[in-house]
Amino acid sequence: MKIIELSTSKRDLLILVVFSVIVLIAPLWGSLIGAGYPDLLQKFAIFGLFAVGYNILFGLTGYLSFGHAAFLGVGSYVAVWSFKLFTMNALPAIAFSIVFSGIFALAIGFLCLRRTGIYFSILTLAFAQMSYKLAYSVLTPITNGETGLFVLKDDPRVIDGALGIASAENPLASLFGITLNGYEGFYFCAVVLILGFWLSMKIFRSPFGMKLVAIKTNQTRMEYTGFNHRPYLLAAFVISGMYAGLAGALLAVVDPTAGAERMVWTASGEVVLMTILGGLGTMFGPLIGAATIKYMENIFSGINDTLLGTWFDFLPQALTDLLVTIVSPFVGSGWHLTLGLTFMMIMIFLPGGMVEGAQKIKAKFFNKNNTTEKLESEQLEKDGAA
Amino acid sequence: MEALLLQVLNGLDKGGAYALIALGLTLVFGTLGVVNFAHGALFMLGAFVAVSVEKVLTISSKVRDESITFFEAYKETPYLEIWWGDTGSAIIDWSVPISIIIAIPIMLAVGIAMERGLIKYFYKREHADQILVTFGLAIVIGEIIKANFGANAIPQAAPEIVAGSVDIGAAIGLDGVVYPWWRMIYLAFSLSIIGGVFAFLHMTTFGMVVRAGMHDRETVGLLGINIEKRFTIVFGLAAVVAGLAGVMYTPILPPDYNMGMDFLVLSFLVVVVGGMGSLGGAVAAGFLLGILQSFSSMTAVKEVIPGIDQVIIYLVAVAILLFRPRGLFGKD
Repeated sequence: MKIIELSTSKRDLLILVVFSVIVLIAPLWGSLIGAGYPDLLQKFAIFGLFAVGYNILFGLTGYLSFGHAAFLGVGSYVAVWSFKLFTMNALPAIAFSIVFSGIFALAIGFLCLRRTGIYFSILTLAFAQMSYKLAYSVLTPITNGETGLFVLKDDPRVIDGALGIASAENPLASLFGITLNGYEGFYFCAVVLILGFWLSMKIFRSPFGMKLVAIKTNQTRMEYTGFNHRPYLLAAFVISGMYAGLAGALLAVVDPTAGAERMVWTASGEVVLMTILGGLGTMFGPLIGAATIKYMENIFSGINDTLLGTWFDFLPQALTDLLVTIVSPFVGSGWHLTLGLTFMMIMIFLPGGMVEGAQKIKAKFFNKNNTTEKLESEQLEKDGAA
Repeated sequence: MEALLLQVLNGLDKGGAYALIALGLTLVFGTLGVVNFAHGALFMLGAFVAVSVEKVLTISSKVRDESITFFEAYKETPYLEIWWGDTGSAIIDWSVPISIIIAIPIMLAVGIAMERGLIKYFYKREHADQILVTFGLAIVIGEIIKANFGANAIPQAAPEIVAGSVDIGAAIGLDGVVYPWWRMIYLAFSLSIIGGVFAFLHMTTFGMVVRAGMHDRETVGLLGINIEKRFTIVFGLAAVVAGLAGVMYTPILPPDYNMGMDFLVLSFLVVVVGGMGSLGGAVAAGFLLGILQSFSSMTAVKEVIPGIDQVIIYLVAVAILLFRPRGLFGKD
């Protein structure tokens, strides 16, 4: 028993090290697939983190929330206010965001988790839409309404003022003097992502995570054994809300603005798409899903008819035109169509997402070995019985 | 008093749209047990049937403009006007009502295709899966419309004879209750559609079988009735109701590809407030929330509770879900 435990923790360490290396050399492999610029890599990391956190709720407990974008929005607003009032340093902003979105998630989760299934989904949807509508209308003094919240030169920034740090014309977030934009911004997000991933892995492996999975598998049976699932669900909800707030804060760190459109319910739908596309309830799935969607968003929407024409140029003219006509609705501004179709295909044929797809392919290749093993074990059982 | 009456009227036409969409949602949930997030897209599709009909009717050719004599001027004139003169222009003027007739078979076909092609495979899956796949479908439908009609809202005109307003106040001795004709028509239209659906369910043999199937699907199936086929038709019917609601709503709100999503969320809340699976509840809650929304947008109310007009429907739905989860009219 002891040996198995040791090997699991060693394997986890290995996974974490490999993962960190992959994330940190992202600019290298990113440039191979045409994603080697910091803006996109930042988005990979930020939305990956968002999806990792969302997965702790939806993936482990099976509670489908349609309102997590609200926590992301709160995180962004709080971070920008921290930039405006205290300092352009990113760390306090992140800390404030996590705390505030955690409190917000605690309040909303406490109410929403009184219901299950579709009613829970609708409740989260209603709360998120309320936050969105209020951010646009009456909360304008805090959120700056449709214009969005910006960092200005004349903001008070008391801590920066006390330390004698001068305010720049277009202030950018910093980390003790290092300006966090471009690749510095990406590496900051990458480190936060690795920490977030490590925490999520810890949760997956912990008794707490096991309990969440048990709630998903059979909530009634858990209740019959005298187990109170409410605190665990609420904890999962708050943790995933804090992840969302952290992601929102990082969005504000790499670009110090915040707008209400981050909170609209279809934005919550996007994180659901990411999680499902990659693989619900798996550790890597949400990250893969988030990277895929953000990659598609950037690459697909950049393709236009002229570019398509050059791709199919080697074909006869008539065929080129035909192919361009067929493909063009799916790229450029129509990339959401591709996204929707892909998502539907995944839901219909591959509910486990890309991770399940990879496992299926793997199983196909190693199928032969498995069957022989099975036969052998059956043979052994027979021998034992005899 | 006048202001109150006006707000009630304002709420009723919006409530009519909510009620029609929610009716279809509840019908589908009650019969097939499916949570359909693409139902708003059906409403939007109906609106775009009206847009397409208007486009087809106004296919134009360039004709020499006789009124300008000092140079050769051309103007776009629809073929219908060239061929049939005033009759042709009247047909174009009435494009929205004409769309109703065209929308019925189209929406029925869309609904049945959707049920047979996709929803059928999701009966046995979890509600979360149903929500997600229909959410994907809603995105796809919206994007197809965006690719063909653009992202901007396309205004549609009501027939000229009902384009104006009616002074309702004069009839009952009040001042200044002026209300657009088309909204009155929308209210009457939605009431008659609702009446039609209820009559269909309660006065025909088909409807009786469907209601029996809603109560106990298995027994109805054991009696040798092909309940699945009837439920497919019910899905088509729900699509027609949503589509017609969309067609008639175009003169009130210019349709764009995203309108389905906006109405979907509100209609879901309407269904929840009325009680999942309760048809009468969906209709009552639709009108109720419509009226509540228009009351809360009165200045006097907004002064007391700022921002209430933005969130009233959500607040009511949250309160209902927390304190009376079976809804106002739902049975346990």
